[in-house]
Amino acid sequence: MIETSTTPLDGKCPTGPIETRWARHKEHLQLVGPTNRRKYNVIVVGTGLAGASAAATLGEQGYRVTAITYHDSPRRAHSVAAQGGINAAKNYQNDGDSVHRLFYDTVKGGDYRARESNVHRLAEVSANIIDQATAQGVPFAREYGGTLENRTFGGVLVSRTFYARGQTGQQLLYGAYQSLMRQVDKKSVNLLTMKDVLDIIVVDGHARGVVVRDLKTGKLDAITADAVLLCTGGYSNAFYLSTNAMKCNVTATWRAHKRGAFFANPCYTQIHPTCIPEHGESQSKLTLMSESLRNDGRVWVPRKGKDTRAPGAIPAAERYYYLEERYPTFGNMVPRDVASRNAKYVCDDGLGVGQTGRAVFLDFKDAIERLGKEEIARRYGNLFDMYEKIAGENPYQTPMKIYPAPHYTMGGLWVDYDLMSNLPGLFVLGEANFSDHGANRLGASALMQGLADGYFVIPYTLAPYLAKYGNKGGVAADHAEVRGALEGVAQKTEKLMSIKGERTVESFHKELGNVMLDKCGMSRTEAGLNEAIAKIRALRSEFWENVRILPDKDATLNVELEKAHRVADFLEFSELMCVDARERNESCGGHFREEYQTDDGEAKRDDENYAYAAAWEFNGVGADPTLHKEPLTFEFVKLTQRSYK
Amino acid sequence: MSESTISVTLEVWRQPGTDAAGRFETYQLDGVSTDSSFLEMLDMLNQKLLTEGKEPVAFEHDCREGICGSCGFVINGNPHGPDRGTTVCQLHMRRFKSGAKLTLEPWRAKAFPVLRDLMVDRSAFDKIMAAGGYNSVNVGNAPDANSIPIGQDAASEAFDAAACIGCGACVAACKNASANLFTSAKIGHLAMLPQGQPERYTRTVAMLDMAEDLGFGACSWTQECEAACPKEISVKWISRAQRDYVKGRVVKGI
Ligand SMILES: Cc1cc2nc3c(=O)[nH]c(=O)nc-3n(C[C@H](O)[C@H](O)[C@H](O)COP(=O)(O)OP(=O)(O)OC[C@H]3O[C@@H](n4cnc5c(N)ncnc54)[C@H](O)[C@@H]3O)c2cc1C
Ligand code: FES
Repeated sequence: MIETSTTPLDGKCPTGPIETRWARHKEHLQLVGPTNRRKYNVIVVGTGLAGASAAATLGEQGYRVTAITYHDSPRRAHSVAAQGGINAAKNYQNDGDSVHRLFYDTVKGGDYRARESNVHRLAEVSANIIDQATAQGVPFAREYGGTLENRTFGGVLVSRTFYARGQTGQQLLYGAYQSLMRQVDKKSVNLLTMKDVLDIIVVDGHARGVVVRDLKTGKLDAITADAVLLCTGGYSNAFYLSTNAMKCNVTATWRAHKRGAFFANPCYTQIHPTCIPEHGESQSKLTLMSESLRNDGRVWVPRKGKDTRAPGAIPAAERYYYLEERYPTFGNMVPRDVASRNAKYVCDDGLGVGQTGRAVFLDFKDAIERLGKEEIARRYGNLFDMYEKIAGENPYQTPMKIYPAPHYTMGGLWVDYDLMSNLPGLFVLGEANFSDHGANRLGASALMQGLADGYFVIPYTLAPYLAKYGNKGGVAADHAEVRGALEGVAQKTEKLMSIKGERTVESFHKELGNVMLDKCGMSRTEAGLNEAIAKIRALRSEFWENVRILPDKDATLNVELEKAHRVADFLEFSELMCVDARERNESCGGHFREEYQTDDGEAKRDDENYAYAAAWEFNGVGADPTLHKEPLTFEFVKLTQRSYK
Repeated sequence: MSESTISVTLEVWRQPGTDAAGRFETYQLDGVSTDSSFLEMLDMLNQKLLTEGKEPVAFEHDCREGICGSCGFVINGNPHGPDRGTTVCQLHMRRFKSGAKLTLEPWRAKAFPVLRDLMVDRSAFDKIMAAGGYNSVNVGNAPDANSIPIGQDAASEAFDAAACIGCGACVAACKNASANLFTSAKIGHLAMLPQGQPERYTRTVAMLDMAEDLGFGACSWTQECEAACPKEISVKWISRAQRDYVKGRVVKGI
């Protein structure tokens, strides 16, 4: 029986007219004077868009920043892989875009499970991000006249997405990384690479540091500070196969959760509709084909199952353009959750294509006829090349095969309007927090959020905390809590090394992923989730008795040990995902419960009972967590059943 | 995607740590799916080694889609393997015949010490970047993005240089272990854009000097770097950076 706290959780959002909330809030935030800033130490964990932008900006402001990443360089953070683009309410295309429309689209796209105040702020600062990135030298796509070019992404009716070929995340990250390296050169940022954060140090109820393991030597160290920012990305790899990079994990946020930070909406995960289908047993990750492809590609399957003709030989009348037929207004541009679920349905109905029958066509034939091969190559050339390298087929000649894959996680550590978790001094930015996308994220909005958090929000909202609670210089290295946290990580590592079992870390991760994809993926049921929880518990006990790690020394570069720490956390965390999914008796956005759907199979929300963010408090591994509810109120966007028909 | 399987013989450089001696070990691997990627083949090898109670081969990787720049080692003498414009994570086993013998070694360069097996330490690249690989613009200072028009061609050319993923293949391919392609690509990217002009010459001099200080060799124009670059970055950036370097030093007295 899940216990629910009776005190509602307060996001501390400003009130009054939505257009001026952020401006008024900023005016009242306490500042730290320029000469005092260097007295405060701030740890930034993660150097993706969120972390690099935050560390660079705080460094520019004069704080003493320590930036930590497990990568060998900040430039490798998973943000680098984002392809499609970044949204901003610039209205450069004069097509009716505005801050309000971006705000409205994001709240609606999130299926009314995001905070209005946060989303509005995000829309407001979006335009500044494009300016900042351009000044850094990000080579966005341009029109012939030299102005910036835009494209459309799913779920919206305007062109507000800025892009740099199919490598927008890479270029934005390099912009932030360059700014970060400038601060490293100025010695305002101390950069620590190849360090894995394995615990958060909490002193007198405040986050005051982290425990890191040096990935080259295995050495554990405590780093203390006045505040800690987690910018550690999402947890899609709970599913094992996802579009995330191999090392993406939940460790930093999960360990913060075990130290008291609430985890919000862990069941809100996004399954991206356009990924290259799985090839077989040795598959290690899935590759995304940017959703921007849906601008020009048409999605279809043969009307009749097991049609073995070459796709080009199937006449138009025998093709089922299911998105265009079912959703005439948005067609191929419906939001991700809708596109993914429909791909699943047609494959469940036996209409899927390819070796496994779990794929649909994404066809560019009409677009090539209309625009020419050259124009298609200009827009998507690198994506087409990537597809050909992986799938061994040429998409200019034969339609791509695609299938949905886990991609993004809307859930994350709970934060208030100032991006601080309920654990004072612990701030959470980017994909690692839960704040802006509700139950479903619109395309090109994650890059926007990560950079908004890092460049434009935290530089304001961190100061009041430091002014009030910072203790200028941190905690002594021999403080009992510091020693305790170090000791805890050392023991856990030793325990992992001493098991010396039979099964590889990978095999546990794979098995967990299969359970999660099957029971907590694109559609979920109460019975299925209960089954998953039982399986996860059994797998977790087996892991702690039977995992094998080699080399058998921890005082060295040890990839299997790194993975073991991460998988141990996934094995705990995924249970919370299932609990959250089971307790949310409605369907919304990426969370689809089969018991709750409309007659034509669309997600059925229950606003009366579930218009809240579910923030979970940790009570021990395997113990039921406590639910804290943050009620969501909608004053500016009317709650309606989402429709993309 | 039509699956079949092949067998390969792998000669892999094994080195337990930076200061330890290394040597080649030979492994035979059967039943490798031709649809799997090169790194998935190594995953398979590692699972096999682990099951046999042997230490797995350490190699760097993360995105596995050719963009993060983590992966990279030398296959039969070629950085990132036989295909042009392809990182090792994008290389697929359908490229090889059954019975192929593949020799895998780490990048070899003084400035890139081996960490373990096929992994090297490339932090020297970050030091080159810190020396000047940026536009000095604080948050809050930026003018409207459309206030300075940039022609489509210039933006696109800047992008060509900016596409560098910092993998280090150029250094590994060069007999002098020069970092000139990496360094010049960043110099060229920023030099193409109006926003990069104020610091153009100081940046060029600082970055190229830093590369030399870090122990990377000089460029002797064999152009092996361009052939090895998975992003096919042109050596034209090296000549352009050299021109700017001379101008910065001689004309501007930096
Ligand atoms: C293939 C793909 C394509 C995408 N395309 C788009 C797109 O077109 N538009 C869009 O808006 N969004 C896109 N997204 C989503 C978007 O890229 C991410 O949500 C966003 O980049 C996340 O940024 P981040 O800074 O929060 O985290 P990340 O970039 O994931 O960075 C996490 C950082 O934390 C560090 N870290 C994590 N844990 C630890 C630890 N324990 N110790 C030390 N360091 C740690 C890592 O080293 C890394 O530096 C895409 C995502 C994927 C997977
Ligand atoms: S693993 Fe990222 S480029 Fe190869």
